[in-house]
Amino acid sequence: MASGETEMEVEATSVRQIFRHLQERFPNIKSHMVDDIAVAIDGTVFQDAWLEKVTENSEVYLLPRIGGG
Amino acid sequence: MAKQHVTTTVNNDEFEFLCEPKASMLDVLRDELNLTGSKEGCATGDCGACSVVMDGRLVCSCLVLGVEMEGKSIETIEGMADGEKLHPLQQQFLDHAALQCGICTPGVLVAAKALLEKNPDPTETEVRYWLAGNLCRCTGYDKIIRAVMDAAKEMRAA
Amino acid sequence: MDNSMDVGYSADDKELKFVGKRTNRPDGVDKVTGRARFGADARLPGMLYGKILRSPHAHARIISIDTSKAEALSGVKAVVTRDDFEDRDSEFVPAGEMMVNYRDMVRNIMAREKVLYDGHAVAAVAATSVTIAKQALKLIDVQYEVLPHVIDVVEAMAPGAPLLHDDLFTDGVEPKPTKPSNVAKRLEFNMGDIASGFAEADEILEKTFDTKPVHQGYIEPHSCLASFSENGSAELWCSTQGQYLVRAHCSKLVGMEISKLRVTPSEIGGGFGGKTVVFIEPIALALSKKTYRPIKITMTRDEVFRSSGPTSGGNVRVKVGITKDGKIMACEAELKYQAGAFQGSSVQPGCMCAFAPYDVANVNVIGWDVLSNRPKVAAYRAPGAPISEYAVECVIDELAERIGMDPVDFRLKNAAKEGTQTAYGPKFGPVGFVEVLEATKALDHYKIPLGPNQGRGIGSGFWFNIGGETCVNLNVNEDGTLTLITGSPDIGGSRASMCNMAAEELGIDVGLINPIIADTSVLGFNFLSAGSRTTFACGLATIEAARNAIENMRKRVAQLWDIPLDAVVWEDGAARPASSNAGEFEPMTLPEIAKIAPKTGGPIAGHAEINAQGAGPGFGTHMVDVEVDKETGHVKVLRYTVIQDAGKAIHPSFVEGQYQGGAVQCIGWALNEEYVYGEDGRLQNSGFLDYRIPLASDLPMIDTKIVEVPNPNHPYGVRGVGETPIIPGLAAMSNAISNALGLRMSELPMSPPKVLKAIKEASV
Ligand code: FES
Ligand code: FES
Repeated sequence: MASGETEMEVEATSVRQIFRHLQERFPNIKSHMVDDIAVAIDGTVFQDAWLEKVTENSEVYLLPRIGGG
Repeated sequence: MAKQHVTTTVNNDEFEFLCEPKASMLDVLRDELNLTGSKEGCATGDCGACSVVMDGRLVCSCLVLGVEMEGKSIETIEGMADGEKLHPLQQQFLDHAALQCGICTPGVLVAAKALLEKNPDPTETEVRYWLAGNLCRCTGYDKIIRAVMDAAKEMRAA
Repeated sequence: MDNSMDVGYSADDKELKFVGKRTNRPDGVDKVTGRARFGADARLPGMLYGKILRSPHAHARIISIDTSKAEALSGVKAVVTRDDFEDRDSEFVPAGEMMVNYRDMVRNIMAREKVLYDGHAVAAVAATSVTIAKQALKLIDVQYEVLPHVIDVVEAMAPGAPLLHDDLFTDGVEPKPTKPSNVAKRLEFNMGDIASGFAEADEILEKTFDTKPVHQGYIEPHSCLASFSENGSAELWCSTQGQYLVRAHCSKLVGMEISKLRVTPSEIGGGFGGKTVVFIEPIALALSKKTYRPIKITMTRDEVFRSSGPTSGGNVRVKVGITKDGKIMACEAELKYQAGAFQGSSVQPGCMCAFAPYDVANVNVIGWDVLSNRPKVAAYRAPGAPISEYAVECVIDELAERIGMDPVDFRLKNAAKEGTQTAYGPKFGPVGFVEVLEATKALDHYKIPLGPNQGRGIGSGFWFNIGGETCVNLNVNEDGTLTLITGSPDIGGSRASMCNMAAEELGIDVGLINPIIADTSVLGFNFLSAGSRTTFACGLATIEAARNAIENMRKRVAQLWDIPLDAVVWEDGAARPASSNAGEFEPMTLPEIAKIAPKTGGPIAGHAEINAQGAGPGFGTHMVDVEVDKETGHVKVLRYTVIQDAGKAIHPSFVEGQYQGGAVQCIGWALNEEYVYGEDGRLQNSGFLDYRIPLASDLPMIDTKIVEVPNPNHPYGVRGVGETPIIPGLAAMSNAISNALGLRMSELPMSPPKVLKAIKEASV
């Protein structure tokens, strides 16, 4: 994470809201980063999922998007 | 250089055409006669995708000149099935899923048919060495070898 | 995507009629009779032939390009150079579903300021025959200022190395560098505390491994046919893993609206990741735009090797610490991957995959994306993963040997399972690595005794698998047959898998469904056939489209019977009353419903437009027995078994085919294949004679064991299978050779001279 933080708690009901929080907190995050990021919600990887719901206590990980051959 | 007049037989059909002296038989088959079943994987004799039979002999058509087709009888993949009845090799290839992308398949089938005409009861090793000139990048050859062995068995029983 | 879609009736819930069956392949007959049309098999009236002039230098500044003599040659209709492609900004923008830097792409298509590798395109001509086009290339006068070049990845990183781009500054290092370099990016993945992990270890092993770039080696060279109309629209036929990505890239590079470009994918003669990018397509379009004539360009095999994307070579340092009883405590790796002439190697997935198969608390992985004077790399199945996992699997194997533990038991003890935290981010959902390893142990192959100079090797591998954007239409025809329209090129039988799933859903015979692969004008966006996504994502969309069609048919019947929709169920290919309460009605079959469709509201179809999420990770293990000839260094493969979790094999023959093909590509990568450059920076083995891929006569049968641990995010449990098989074999081969010789090798390929060298070094 931009400032070395690796874990944080945010209040959100969707992935898009998480991204908004992140961009507010770290204004330096380039917009392409948000385009190029996947999330894992409780063990399932979502490559593009702004509207994906998260619930209280969801474990959300950010990871790079995967391509393939 | 002036083009040369060539008369030849492909899959029992007679063809006449004017041939650029440098054109390969593969170019002629594909571009002149519109028989695009023979494929070009390398044009240097290394991949076997262009395999055809010329007067009973298996050749890489990319290494033969178009003008050498004069008076010859050529068999290509397009002549392998008998009407709607597939050759046993073709059917076994389908049953064994011996093709993935299928680009090598015409060459492999033509080569395998030439083998079985010479040797109706080849060992696995004989099939592997006969087909060593036909590259396949998709299948790892396993299903191809099995399909050829089973086709040989079927043809022997027939 | 609608995640409320009813997922999770597993394979055992009911008797499956088509899913899991070896059904006929719809495109099969055309492919065994020579009728199927591949990239080079198309022609159009008035067609011209395009040929590309390529750089003979590894690195040179272009001082001038004079095309006047070529243009004057009779039969030449157009010439294009850098001036015909507009420059683009250097930024990563989303294209289709990928992040692409068009400044780089436009330079890779056609060199601008400099040529950056042997084979880099410099100009292209269109002429009335191939012969004239070739003559014209010789008449183009390019003045070069030759520059020093660098080929090797470690040398390219050294200070003072020849610079490819003087505006490239390493991303991801603090403080920001003030000097440009060939290192595009540094990235790091961390978990736990690596130092204390090593402090708790009893055995620590650190080694460095080297791999060479290898080519995907598809037998069909790139080929395309472009036709621009005076009205500003264009059609493009080409061999590709993704017609929509071709459209995205070409419309950008040629400067046209997406809707004006219609891309039709030909049958594709192999891709393996190498046909996920564009090379000749924008050039053909540019030539066609100048002439308004159809332009056909087909690469020669030499061009395929020199100018399309091989995969990275890499230099990988791995350090692993374990306890005496075989628990992995800490893992560290540093990966240096060649990107070729432009940034963007697959080092990132390489980092992410490196230790993913194992449950380890402390992990540190650093990756470097490094440029050198080689063609820009492209994906080659599971991009990046084989290189890092090869190194890790060799170290793991040697550590198991050191503590006297069976290599499968060692992996079992540390295997990732559901809930394991990965270093790259998520915790795993249900995965099948343990099941794969247990199946490995149970194989007869594992118990066959070995003779002198023989060795057995094990290697494992992990790949994420992906989903992505997908559209499917399923048209119910008036005679009760169906047309299934998908946008995913079929590289190895996927049409048959789609039909199996659709038939299963509809409860009809699979032979009634005719699948076609659409051009870009028919469906909305579809991502590539890549990343092992097709059977998973296109399968999900197919299932959803089938369910949508079923619902539409139920609606028609409910209206006819004048009962609520809920009261009509679909079973065995017919609409039926849900229960006797719903009323007494004779079931209506699909053909009956189709026949009266005009009277009940018109044509019936099912649709799905989704972004498939929740792909299931794939784990596999390869086991191989080899015999090494100590006189010649030649390695003979005696036995080979692939064990992999497919989730669910929709069509087992094609799953086996993916396993077998991947295994043999591993054998080639491990034993023979490599790009060989001369002192002059030119590629020396750009043909199949010198770049030797495995032949039928090199190999034994390749046995397979399909393990099925269902992916809960797919109705039938599909994970995707195409990528994983390229990973485990490199280490399996290396470990087998090591066991045969009683020494450890740490570079690929293990060609006869290298094996001999290793034997010699070990004996001093
Ligand atoms: S094209 Fe003739 S052998 Fe390859
Ligand atoms: S099936 Fe693709 S090359 Fe053989």
